Amino acid sequence: MQEFLEFTLGGVSVGMVYAAIALSLVLIWRGTRVLNYAQGGMAMFTTYVALIVINHTGSYWLGFAVALAAGLALGGFLELTVVRPAERRPPLNAVIVTIGLLIFLEGLAGIIYGGQYRSFPPAFSITGLTAGSVALGISPSGVFTAAAVLAAAIALALVFRYTSVGLRLRATAFSPDVARLLGVRIGRVLTLGWALAGLLGALAGLLVTPTTFLYPNSMDAIFVLGFTAAVIGGLDSPVGAVTGGLILGVLLSYVGGYLGSNLVEIAGLAALVLVLMLRPAGLFSAPAARRV
Amino acid sequence: MTLAKHLGAAVLLGAVLLAASYQLGSYHDYQLAEVAAFVVAVAGLTVLIGVSGQISLGHGAFMAIGAYAAALIMTHLGWPLYLIIIASALITAAAGAIVGVAAARLRGPYLAGATLMLAVALPSVADRYQGVLGGDQGVNINVTAPGFLGPAFQLTQWLAWICCATALVVLVLLANLMRSGIGRGWRAVRDDEVAAALSGLNVARLQVLAFVVSSACAGAGGCLLAVVTANVSPGAFTLTLSVGLLTAAVLGGLGSLAGAVWGSLLFVLAPTFLTNLAASHGLSGGASSSVPIAAYGLVLIVVMLAFPAGIQGGVRRLLGLAAPAAGAPLSALRRPAWPRATPDQGTANGPHQGTQVNREEKGTTP
Repeated sequence: MQEFLEFTLGGVSVGMVYAAIALSLVLIWRGTRVLNYAQGGMAMFTTYVALIVINHTGSYWLGFAVALAAGLALGGFLELTVVRPAERRPPLNAVIVTIGLLIFLEGLAGIIYGGQYRSFPPAFSITGLTAGSVALGISPSGVFTAAAVLAAAIALALVFRYTSVGLRLRATAFSPDVARLLGVRIGRVLTLGWALAGLLGALAGLLVTPTTFLYPNSMDAIFVLGFTAAVIGGLDSPVGAVTGGLILGVLLSYVGGYLGSNLVEIAGLAALVLVLMLRPAGLFSAPAARRV
Repeated sequence: MTLAKHLGAAVLLGAVLLAASYQLGSYHDYQLAEVAAFVVAVAGLTVLIGVSGQISLGHGAFMAIGAYAAALIMTHLGWPLYLIIIASALITAAAGAIVGVAAARLRGPYLAGATLMLAVALPSVADRYQGVLGGDQGVNINVTAPGFLGPAFQLTQWLAWICCATALVVLVLLANLMRSGIGRGWRAVRDDEVAAALSGLNVARLQVLAFVVSSACAGAGGCLLAVVTANVSPGAFTLTLSVGLLTAAVLGGLGSLAGAVWGSLLFVLAPTFLTNLAASHGLSGGASSSVPIAAYGLVLIVVMLAFPAGIQGGVRRLLGLAAPAAGAPLSALRRPAWPRATPDQGTANGPHQGTQVNREEKGTTP
């Protein structure tokens, strides 16, 4: 029972990181129908930026803010320079281009920062919380992780729901042609979507790296699990992305806890294949026919 | 006719390589063997992506399956080498069939993501079953040159022979397959799944078959790589390898077997060159080993955006040849494989709307 509680709460905290990655993928997918395989690489890169700032200034929160800003800028920059030309070409090209971006960023990080594992400081203590004598299996840092992603998701939902920028983002995702006819400057909206996704990815990187160490490939496994979460929820559904992240996080936490940690990635693969087989468009999607 | 042409070209190339293997030193023979091993894998991948229109980011994992199969058969059963190559190709083909059945239901980004997951997850299997697969250390394998070649014969030259021979056989088989009805079926499915289905092609079966053929090639390539490097360990089959194979296929020109050869050549030779170049410009060891990885990424982006037909496309243009039916560049894909919501969404429905407009015009004009 004690173990179960620990694994569940630990899973929620990790699951929120998957949710952040999933949310960033959904944000880009809805706008541009591109799946951004470079999301993990971008998050890894901005986390290096945070580490440099933290080491130079000694302030964690300054590094945190700079990394988020860097994620915002990187997302927008990549959309303008690399993704937009790829959109005019067949979809497979865009897939290969974002894979290229991933590898390029990982190589660049290796060149600039070296390949060795570096530790990255957590925002808060990582000693587990207890309720009386019962260990809860979650640390203040884990609570912060869950709260930060939840806050970001809610902020995003509010922006989408109540602001004119959000309306433009939704209109573009719904129908780019109609949105353009109604005077939405689609190019800017798409750049903004990528920038916001970059910010979310950067947040995920900052939150998860204290538990994984920082190295050029550090986000690979996190990214594929975030992708799995997005697929579980359905690539079109932001709510699904967060739910998918939570489900996957808790599920994998049980697998890792009860069956062995080296099974986590295999279990992720199994979950992904299972969902793709049974509900290819995600658990939260209405059934839809593929358009001819 | 084409069979004779392909066989002739293979025999000619084989003779050149045989002569070259005597001229090259031990180190270059080793590189030749490595290139040939990658040609086998990349050729399979380029057929999968460029001809059948399905993507795989997990071909490094298929190479791992082939390599581990080879290592286990060699240590436990001690079969002769040619049987091991065939067996590891068949075993990997079986794994590819399983993935292919899943893949046939998946479109673009889902398929890429699922195979990406395969590439990331599979190395941890070696960690899980340490007793059999040896964990991080992997399994060592030991090949010796056969006795009849004499005691002075270099092992690396023997490896170069084995790998080149396998590569030539695979290339001939693939070239004929691409020219056959199956190859035409793949291209039809790639260009328009619905039209292909309406013409009576079994789309799912063709897609699974492409995965089976492609993974068999990857398995054989992995087996050869294991034999060449004398070791199989999870560290050799990371995501970087999978992306490297993709880079080689894209750089050479998707759908082109000759392109697979160019791509593999650069894949083996360029990293060493780039690493040395970076090191000579004062980068530290760790940093300079990342230069090739950054270069893969840059190559993928630049080639896909600016030269989708790759090196072989450039060679053809230089020689003034038209693009062959088998090697049509990826940009020739007319119909997106999944709905797009980009501003040019109209192209997805373009032909439809066009015909409708025409019909109306015919109907209304007196």
